[in-house]
Amino acid sequence: MNSFLNQLAFGWYPYLAVTVLIVGSILRFDASQYSWRAQSSQFLRRKQMMLGSNLFHLGVLILLVGHFVGLLTPVTVLDAAGISHKFKQSAALVVGGLAGISAFVGCSLLLHRRLFDPRIRQSSSWGDIAVLVLIWCQLVLGIATTFWTFQHLEGEEMVLFMGWANGLLTFNPNAADLIVDVALVYKLHIVLGLTLFLITPFTRLVHIWSAPVWFLLRPGFQIVRSRSKSKRPQYSYTHGPVGVAPSFGGTTVLRQMAESGQEGA
Amino acid sequence: MKVRAQIAMVLNLDKCIGCHTCSITCKNVWTNREGVEYVWFNNVETKPGIGYPKDWENQERWKGGWVRRKNGSIVPRQGAKWRILSKIFANPHLPEIDDFYEPYTFEYEWLQAAPELQAQPTARPRSLVTGELLNKIEWSGNWEDMLGGEFEKRSCDYNFEGVEKEIYGQFEKTFMMYLPRLCEHCLNPSCLASCPSGAIYKRAEDGIVLIDQEKCRGWRMCVSGCPYKKIYYNWSSGKSEKCIFCYPRIETGQPTVCSETCVGRIRYLGVVLYDADRIEEAASVEDPKDLYPAQLGVFLDPNDIAVQEQARRDGVPDQWLEAATRSPVYKMAMEWKVAFPLHPEYRTLPMVWYVPPLSPIQSAAEAGKISAKDGMPDVRSLRIPLRYLANLLTAGDEAPIAAALERMLAMRAYMRAKSVEGRIDESIPERVGLTRARIEEMYRIMALAAYEDRYVIPTARREFEEDAYVLRGSSGFGFREGTTGSTKVNLFGGSKRTPRKPMMDVPT
Repeated sequence: MNSFLNQLAFGWYPYLAVTVLIVGSILRFDASQYSWRAQSSQFLRRKQMMLGSNLFHLGVLILLVGHFVGLLTPVTVLDAAGISHKFKQSAALVVGGLAGISAFVGCSLLLHRRLFDPRIRQSSSWGDIAVLVLIWCQLVLGIATTFWTFQHLEGEEMVLFMGWANGLLTFNPNAADLIVDVALVYKLHIVLGLTLFLITPFTRLVHIWSAPVWFLLRPGFQIVRSRSKSKRPQYSYTHGPVGVAPSFGGTTVLRQMAESGQEGA
Repeated sequence: MKVRAQIAMVLNLDKCIGCHTCSITCKNVWTNREGVEYVWFNNVETKPGIGYPKDWENQERWKGGWVRRKNGSIVPRQGAKWRILSKIFANPHLPEIDDFYEPYTFEYEWLQAAPELQAQPTARPRSLVTGELLNKIEWSGNWEDMLGGEFEKRSCDYNFEGVEKEIYGQFEKTFMMYLPRLCEHCLNPSCLASCPSGAIYKRAEDGIVLIDQEKCRGWRMCVSGCPYKKIYYNWSSGKSEKCIFCYPRIETGQPTVCSETCVGRIRYLGVVLYDADRIEEAASVEDPKDLYPAQLGVFLDPNDIAVQEQARRDGVPDQWLEAATRSPVYKMAMEWKVAFPLHPEYRTLPMVWYVPPLSPIQSAAEAGKISAKDGMPDVRSLRIPLRYLANLLTAGDEAPIAAALERMLAMRAYMRAKSVEGRIDESIPERVGLTRARIEEMYRIMALAAYEDRYVIPTARREFEEDAYVLRGSSGFGFREGTTGSTKVNLFGGSKRTPRKPMMDVPT
């Protein structure tokens, strides 16, 4: 039974979570872009936002990148590059630990204002609060793992997780077996992380996909939209080619003139 | 030269009575929804005052508009693109809802539903954000109406710079004017420039600046980027919203709802042709005082044949060119020079212009001493300090404001001589650089202000811009077709379609 649960949580659940994350996000983007936004609450209450949001977002961004690079890089690449497992484990511990603490402090500030500031609380949806609580729990679990990691500073556990993540990526059916014996806190951290993936399309978390880095590539600053798609022909629609004396397309028929019959419509 | 047309507005502050009809109609049409209760796309401020939101003219605080760098180029005051992105998690320059006001309503229901009580039932205020009771309403959308509040607070008005404001704290020396404000639909909008999503855009056809609600992701950089604080964050939808210049009305040739309902007939709408190639250059001139003349230089003379030809090449419909020759906005801004942009020093090249208000001469006792010709007092003796108006409308340059006020006084003197004394005095228009015909036209448009003289709005010519043939049958029945924002690809499988071959006409 235990092995079945292990296979369910670490063999199958990841595929479900990532599928829902990707397909769900595409569906939501296609069906309802109006609901696609960051839903910032800074406008309602600035307090705790400047510090909280910056600490939280910067921390979480480092953690996300760190997890992706750390887990998905194949062990063989690591060995080929001559990076020792011990060094990688220590680096992950230091960088991840600092980013985790930063994100945790930020998240706590944000959660505090979301729960206890009446303006934010009243304007929060159920999902807004749930997302923040789950992320907070995830950060607690993530920081808690460092205690167990300190017992494996040689990086043997880390290699197991890398093997598991790589196995999932290569559709290895035995991937989940690799991490059957790791400490419970890691397992909880993974399950909760995948759950965050799972709920992303249904919450404000979709704004992650919209990180506006393209802004840096926008030529100039201004944007003008025109209805006409093609180049316009070089003649007047109402009065022949350019270059002849202008005769206009008749006078502007003002609405009120048309209505009062002062001038022909 | 790249000719584009814009529907621009002029507000004749000389005739504004501060009745707020424009604000109320606008509110009822556009912002009567959850999340935008605090929003007034159009509001009327009493000046001097700190305005709505509080202290909006303080760009050191809100970082709105543009700044000119040492190398002569301009960047949003918020910073270059990477600096704007660095503030995305928490925007340090974003106003809070309290800088506008916490929206509220009253427990009106209780007045009817209350049982017999010892005291009169009262309708207590409740916040529209939290639903909680508000003990005391401290601020609201128009808290300073008719110089409400003490002078101490009002005197923080930024336009007092260079004015000895202490004098105006005394009751007999005080002055007042109304300033109706809406989105300026700028030629060089800084809200647009600071939008990381690229959701804000200016329409090429009529110059209206809009926010694509599907594309807005709520990064809220536009709110601080707009120096007029005319972009509002909808806390409910998480998107920014702004004045849409009533584009559904403008497209059909009707004036905006604020203009339509203006009882003082102060608003004018008309086509202005401008050279899109000269915008950046005009917005980058070194001395802020040169920004007003620089913007005049961007406007094109609609009577110039060369301009008309280029305009046709650039796709401006002939009907728009004809309307441009009769545009009241062009006349007031360019021909008579009586209208001015609001705060040109923000470098956004605003397109809602203002005719400065005349005011009574400073005091009756002094009146005899003041040099008056044909009953025309010196504009420098008017109660509203010239410098104050200049700070508001010309980045502090008093000369153009004085000239405009003199022309308006001359118009009065000329018409008074004509209709009361029955004589035509050609010397009056000459003295202010006008002709008799021109001053009479000024009188017709600015004083009489008939509906058809105030609003010369050509309709949108969609038939030129879209292939109407392929659009036939595309609206009327909504079979999940063409839903806003979504892609043309139907993820759930669409209906079966006739195969399309070249040269084949199939129902669309």
